[in-house]
Amino acid sequence: MGRFIARRILQGAVLLILVTAIVFVLGRMTGNPVDMMLPEDATAEDRERLIRTLDLDGPIHSQFFTFVSNALQGDLGTSIRMRQPALDVFLSRLPNTLAIIPWALLLAMVIGIPLGVIAALYRGRFLDRASGTIAVLGIATPNFWLGIVLIFIFAVELGWLPSGRMGGPEHYVLPVITLGTFLTAGFMRLTRSSMLDVMESEYVKLARIKGLPEPVVVWKHSLRNALIPVLTLWGVFVGNLITGAIVTETVFAWPGVGRLTYEAVIYRDFPLLQAVIMLEAVLIVLVNLVVDILYAYVDPRIRYS
Amino acid sequence: MRRVPWLPIVAILTMLIMAIFAPLIAPHDPIEQTLRDRLLPPVWMADGEVRYLLGTDTFGRDILSRLIYGARVSLIVAVLALVAGGGVGLSIGILAGYLGGWVENVLMRLVDAAFTFPAILFALLLSVTMGQGLGTLVTAISLLLWASFARVIRSEVLTLKQRDFVALAKVRGCSTLRIMASHILPNVLNTFMVLVTLNIGVVIIAEASLSFLGAGIPPPTPTWGLMVSEGRASIADAWWVAVIPGLAITFLVLSVNLLGDWLRDQLDPRLRQL
Repeated sequence: MGRFIARRILQGAVLLILVTAIVFVLGRMTGNPVDMMLPEDATAEDRERLIRTLDLDGPIHSQFFTFVSNALQGDLGTSIRMRQPALDVFLSRLPNTLAIIPWALLLAMVIGIPLGVIAALYRGRFLDRASGTIAVLGIATPNFWLGIVLIFIFAVELGWLPSGRMGGPEHYVLPVITLGTFLTAGFMRLTRSSMLDVMESEYVKLARIKGLPEPVVVWKHSLRNALIPVLTLWGVFVGNLITGAIVTETVFAWPGVGRLTYEAVIYRDFPLLQAVIMLEAVLIVLVNLVVDILYAYVDPRIRYS
Repeated sequence: MRRVPWLPIVAILTMLIMAIFAPLIAPHDPIEQTLRDRLLPPVWMADGEVRYLLGTDTFGRDILSRLIYGARVSLIVAVLALVAGGGVGLSIGILAGYLGGWVENVLMRLVDAAFTFPAILFALLLSVTMGQGLGTLVTAISLLLWASFARVIRSEVLTLKQRDFVALAKVRGCSTLRIMASHILPNVLNTFMVLVTLNIGVVIIAEASLSFLGAGIPPPTPTWGLMVSEGRASIADAWWVAVIPGLAITFLVLSVNLLGDWLRDQLDPRLRQL
């Protein structure tokens, strides 16, 4: 178990180093970093100070070292547009994103997992094909467009729900649906294939032979084991969630880190963008690590492979 | 055996023809603004005009013509990104699978890393540092593709490598490079083709999403994602500006995915679990 966790920590560290290196290279090689990091009205003094903090006169490896050590000390640069430390901006927006993500995940699982079970039980028959069609449609529909269509139907035409921004519970409905549907198809497909595997297994056959009622066999013996691989999907989903959050928060003007990423892009706020990307990478690595450890804890086979 | 998916094939061919012959088919210039004709609804609605079959946008540009020209962007980006990203993935998959050892270890760890980190973030970073444009967009989307190609191709190569014809080639003294190029490569091309088809939809959605986020081909070139993005502001007065291009994206992606599923069942049913 210890070795397994150590290996995963190492993998996460390698990913973070890669991301940092890419951000660093793109920030230095594609233009004058001073121009990219400072507002247009920056004074000569500001420029001087930036060159000193980033060690821009030094050789490239020492620049990288300064970059990494600044980052480790929480100095990720200053947003051009907001004129605040990028880390503070990110942290102030993070709770708003975390406020919708659990609901979106819950929605995706509540719809995706039962649909996957049903599809597996009725393999090849009408219900399987119907839920398969839903999944295929879900994958083919661009998320940002779905959000706009939902705004048109429920905010503009029916007037039931607000079209965006943060507020009371009614503000959560459309963003959660948009982000949730983005994940539902993944949960459904994986649950289906995992259920199909488990239902062939000896212990499920034994449960049947023992004469247990079918619902107990399906929902207790099969689903519990089928959900183990679905758990690993959480790791992959962090990446998807960030992609989904960027798009969803942009559509609904939701003031979270996804919208912040978008703002950094359209305002060409490079220091903010590089900070946001590195911080999102840290989040991804942390969640993956937790998921891996949980997974190894639930399924002993993983620990020893 | 599953039936040939005629409807998707017809839809894809229509879109190909639209893209290739756009200047001949499009009724209007896709960029020219006619402010007098702003936000006209499609022809089947009350105020619709025959001149603009699918209506006009905020600048009085013909939506149908923009849709036809937009198909070009989707097509060009899809072809280039699949060649670049798919090609890199294919090479890495073969190298990792056949050579094994530390090469495989390093390459597959890179693949794992690429799977963990969302490519859209790199795409946004590239668009800000390198500037928006076709090159940036294609690079960004290739980054999204290569890892999944590499993973599948590698596992194919792992089984191919055990086969007798590979052992025979070795005995006959073929070089490693030669074995990879003329014995392994031809045998993974079927899988490669299936992967290409299954990923066209991924590319189209990615291109549209990046355009929507302001990191695609810069305006005024019409792209479907940009059209949705521009229509968002006028959704309350003119739903068709955003809804119609989105429908086009959904319909096209649905078609290529159905075609891809069918092709996979024909060429390589083992890839079912993908």
